[in-house]
Amino acid sequence: MTPVRYRIPLPALAAASLVLVSLALALVFFVAPNDVNQGFSQRIFYFHVSIAFTAYACFAVGAWKALRYLWKGDPRSDLESYVAVHQGVIFGTAVLLTGSIWAKISWGHWWLWGEDELVLFLVLFLFYCAYFMLRFSVDPGPQRANFSAVYALFGVVLIPVSFLAIRIAKSFVHPQVFTLHGPNFGGWILATYCVAQAALLVFAYTLYRVELAGKRLDLRLRELRLA
Amino acid sequence: MTYFGDVGALARKDLLLELRARDTLPAMLLFVVATFVVFHFSLPSHSSQLAASGLLWVAIIFTALLGLGRAFVPEREQRVLDGLVLAPCDRSAIWLAKAIATLAFLVAAEVVALPVFALFFHGLSGATVAGVVLADVGICAVGTFLGAMAVATRARDLLLPLLFLPLAIPIVVGGVGASVAAAPSRYLGFLALYDVLFGVLCWATFEYVVAEAQ
Amino acid sequence: MIRARKLGKRFGEKRVLRGIDLEIAAGAFAVVTGPNGSGKTTLLRLCARLALPTEGELDVGVPRGRIGYLAHEPLVYRELSAVENLELYGRLYRVQERRERIGMLLERFGLWDVRHDRVLTYSRGMTQRLALCRVLLHDPELLVLDEPHTALDADGAALLDAQLAELRSERTLLVSTHDPARIESLATERLALA
Repeated sequence: MTPVRYRIPLPALAAASLVLVSLALALVFFVAPNDVNQGFSQRIFYFHVSIAFTAYACFAVGAWKALRYLWKGDPRSDLESYVAVHQGVIFGTAVLLTGSIWAKISWGHWWLWGEDELVLFLVLFLFYCAYFMLRFSVDPGPQRANFSAVYALFGVVLIPVSFLAIRIAKSFVHPQVFTLHGPNFGGWILATYCVAQAALLVFAYTLYRVELAGKRLDLRLRELRLA
Repeated sequence: MTYFGDVGALARKDLLLELRARDTLPAMLLFVVATFVVFHFSLPSHSSQLAASGLLWVAIIFTALLGLGRAFVPEREQRVLDGLVLAPCDRSAIWLAKAIATLAFLVAAEVVALPVFALFFHGLSGATVAGVVLADVGICAVGTFLGAMAVATRARDLLLPLLFLPLAIPIVVGGVGASVAAAPSRYLGFLALYDVLFGVLCWATFEYVVAEAQ
Repeated sequence: MIRARKLGKRFGEKRVLRGIDLEIAAGAFAVVTGPNGSGKTTLLRLCARLALPTEGELDVGVPRGRIGYLAHEPLVYRELSAVENLELYGRLYRVQERRERIGMLLERFGLWDVRHDRVLTYSRGMTQRLALCRVLLHDPELLVLDEPHTALDADGAALLDAQLAELRSERTLLVSTHDPARIESLATERLALA
C-alpha cells in the first residue's frame, strides 16, 4: 500500500490534543460555575456529552468510509472505516462509564433505564461489538471488507431508529422517576462545553490517526514478510 | 418485470425446498409452543397480562431466529450461490425471494402460534396482529440479509443472533407497543418506518454481501 | 479475452497465487495444470469473476451472464429434480427456448430418463453430468471448468470430450485438470502452476 499523505502531521495533532484537553480540564474544574441543582458532580456532564457526540461522529465517519469503500473498492477506506468504528466503540464505552458514574453520584443508581442516551449507547455497543465479531470471523480480503462496510451502514441507520424506539418505549416500559439533566446553558457553561467538545474531537482524531498508522505499518510488515 | 419474475422463480424454489425437506417449519412450530409453556412457568402468579404480551414478542423473535438460521444453508452447503451470483439477474432478487419465503414460513408458524397463545394466556387485539404482520416483514428482511452474511463466516450459527438482536430491538419496541399501549397506531407507524428504511437498505446493499466482484 | 498481470490472491496470511501472467484470446482452449493446492481452483474462480484479486490486475472481457462456471461442487439443489434445477437456472440466465434446450442437454448427457428425480438420488457421476448441463445451458462465451472429468465414468467422459471438441472452435475455454493427457490434443495454451 502506498503511504498516505495527510495535511496535518501527527505530532502537531498530538500537541494540539494535549493543549486542548488540558484547557478543557482547567475550565471544567476551575472556571465553570457550580450547577445550582447538582453541584460539583455535575461537571462530568461536560465530558459525558462531548464523548457521546464524538462517538456519534466516529460512527458517522465509519459509515462514510464504508460507503466510499463500497463505491470505490479502495482497501484503504476499509481500514479507515474499521478504525473509525473502533474509536466509536471506545468512546461509546466511555459514555456508558461516565453516564453510569454520573447516575450513581446523582441518584444512587448505577444504571438508569430512563436515560435515553445511555440506553441508546447500550444498544449501539451491542451492535458494534457484533461488528467486531463479524470482522474477526472472516478472513481478510474483499469479502470481509464488504461485510464490514455494509454492517457499518446498518449501524448508522440504526442510531436514529433506536433512539426513536427508546423514546416511544417509554410509555409502556416501567417509567423511571430519575433522569439526568444537563445544566442550563449560558456564558461560561457554554464556553466550557465548546472547549471540551473541541478537545475531545481533536483527541479522537489523533487516536484515529495513531491507530491507522499502527495498522498500516502492521499491514506493510505482513506484506513484506510474505513477499 | 423480469426482476419480479426472477424473485418469483427463486421464492418458488425456496418454498419447494422446504416442502420437500420439511424440517424448518415443524421445528419452528414446536419451538414456539414449547416456548409458551416455558413462559407459563417463568411468569410468577401475580404477573400482569401485559407481561405475557411482552413475552409473545420474545417468542416471535427467537422462533424467527431459528428459521433464519436455516435460510441460506442450501445455498452455502453446495455453494449454489456461485451459480446464482453469476446470473445476469439483479442479486438483490436473491435476498428478496429468500425474505419472502422466510416470511411465508414465519407467518405459517404464527397462524398456529397466535391461537395457541390466546388459548394459554389471553386474547389478542387487532393491533397486535397488525403489529405481528408488520414486524414479520422487518424481521424477515433484516434477518435473511444478515443470514446471508453469517453463513459465509467461520462462526456461522453463533453469529446470526449476535448480529440480529440489536437490530431487532426496535421491532420488539414497536410490537410490544402495538400490543400493550393505549394508542397502538404510533407503534404500527414506527414498525412500518423500520420496514421501509431497512428494507431499502437491504435491497440496495445485498449485492455486496453475496458477491465479491460487482 | 482474459488478461492478467502479476495476479495474486491471498486468503488472510495464506498466499495461494502469486505473480501470474496470463493472456487468453477469444476462441482459445487453455489448460491449467498443477498439483493439489497450487491454486488452480482459485485462479479459475478469479477468471470466472467470482472473486477479486488481492494483487495485480485481471481483466475478463466477458459480462458475467456469458460465463459458464463448473466448480468442484455441482452447484445444484439436491432436493430439486434435474428439470427444476435447470428451469431455475434457465430463467435466471435468460435462456431462450428454455424447454427445448433443457430437453436437448438432458438427452445428450443421458439424464432424460431421470429428469424428474431429485438430485440427491443421483450418483456422483450423474450429478456431474447435470452440472455440465447447467454450465452449457445458457451457451456461454467463456467456459471455466474446474476438473470437469471428476467422477465421470467412461461414457460420461467420452460425452464430455466430444462436447469439448465441439465447443473448442466456437467458444473460449479455460479448463483445469489433473490428467492433461486427455485434452492435450485440444489445448492451444498451457499454464502450469507450481
